[in-house]
Amino acid sequence: MQKGKGMKFVGDSRIKVGPKQTIPKDYSEYPGRTEPFWPNFLLKEWLVGAVFLIGFLCLVAAHPSPLEIKADPNTSGYIPLPDWYFLFLYELLKYEFAAAEYVVIGTIGIPGLAFGALLLAPFLDSKPGRRPTQRPIAVILMLLAVVSVFWLTYESASAVNWEERAEYSVSNMTEVEVDKDHAGYEVYANNCMSCHGDSLQGVPGMAPDLVDLPYDAAAIKDIAQNGIGEMPADMFTGSDEELNQLADFIMTASGGEAAEGEGEGSDSEDSSEGEDSAE
Amino acid sequence: MLNKIYDWIDERLDVTPIWRDIADHEVPEHVNPAHHFSAFVYCFGGLTFFVVVIQILSGMFLTMYYVPDIENAWESVRYLQTEVAHGQIVRGMHHWGASVVIVMIFLHTLRVFFQGAYKKPRELNWVVGVLLFFVILGLGFTGYLLPWDNKAFFATQVGLEIAESVPFIGTEIKTLLAGDPTIVGAQTLTRFFAIHVFFLPAVLFGLLAAHFIMIRRQGISGPL
Repeated sequence: MQKGKGMKFVGDSRIKVGPKQTIPKDYSEYPGRTEPFWPNFLLKEWLVGAVFLIGFLCLVAAHPSPLEIKADPNTSGYIPLPDWYFLFLYELLKYEFAAAEYVVIGTIGIPGLAFGALLLAPFLDSKPGRRPTQRPIAVILMLLAVVSVFWLTYESASAVNWEERAEYSVSNMTEVEVDKDHAGYEVYANNCMSCHGDSLQGVPGMAPDLVDLPYDAAAIKDIAQNGIGEMPADMFTGSDEELNQLADFIMTASGGEAAEGEGEGSDSEDSSEGEDSAE
Repeated sequence: MLNKIYDWIDERLDVTPIWRDIADHEVPEHVNPAHHFSAFVYCFGGLTFFVVVIQILSGMFLTMYYVPDIENAWESVRYLQTEVAHGQIVRGMHHWGASVVIVMIFLHTLRVFFQGAYKKPRELNWVVGVLLFFVILGLGFTGYLLPWDNKAFFATQVGLEIAESVPFIGTEIKTLLAGDPTIVGAQTLTRFFAIHVFFLPAVLFGLLAAHFIMIRRQGISGPL
């Protein structure tokens, strides 16, 4: 077949002069049992794809994709974490020779060199021999690169406190329906909201949620005034009446009102008997 | 009926050679796992493409609900995840697919490298493949911001600082990506959305086409 510049066309068309070649060369140069791609091989490939898809969907079903709380630039103490496949580049920046004034080495230098070499591999390793034993330098460099990527990823991932990070996850957030008309809500908003969140849900790294507390109203009042654990004293500033409202608000919001609505329904059948006299 | 429609079209447009070009080729024994099980390593490229197709389809459905602005982005993702029928599965496929595609492309790259399949005459196809790798990493980076949760926000901030550390043109690159030299905010989100959904996929399709056309022209590399 004629290739390149000398190719002749019919008139001004894109149709090549000469015998039409629509069927590519077969693979008879490779010894052994070849198989037509369509339809024989495609059917087998389809099976591999189906098995792969089942495995993939199992992963999807077993692990719902994560979502953290809405982005808040003011979150203090949040440690940034890239997606796992960038961890090795991220870890690189923790080494002295690739940080601070040398950070360009870590951000551009080393990755640029490595990925540049990957891009140009066919031209750097240009001898015709294809077997790994015929090109030891390329193979050893690649093995070193793979090992260091795995090592850096492992180092980076093992330094992460995953439990602490899970606190920011939406699925670990406490959902509370807050009665904003309650008299104590305003007291709460003025005294507690900045640390415990706008609906008692707590703020990761700052203060816990205020749901299902193991305290009674008196204890809550005491904590509000005198603090507990890391919570300092005198967080509450207000009158005694407001303190009562606050304690009541927190108690009701955390589920102290479950005692209603029992004892109904059991004797409704008897009562309806004698009342068919509507006519 | 279908045959007649096909014949009617074929008579006018001569479409047979187009798909025959794709369909009619022999698969050599050494890449066929039915003959040698170890040939499963040749599946990695096809599976990478398979996951890319999953990403495209699931991503198309995600944009039906996703709102690229800082007020609503997180809310829309949360709504999708908790309220929309099968929303959790579609987002899950896109989320996990992003990781699986990296794994598959990594395995595919290693297979081609250690077999020396990039050697003459296939140098250009290797270069296009590595560019595809970069584009997919770019898609991963830009997609990470879109849910607009804390993780996304702070990781993107670091990513942009890294872009800023490029000598001479660092600030320009950062401004181009983030829409502002200092703020990571509303502009950043819309730009990342545009890059993730329009720019990079366009590049991806072009490179994929080049990758596949080259494979068809050159055939798969022979056994070692």
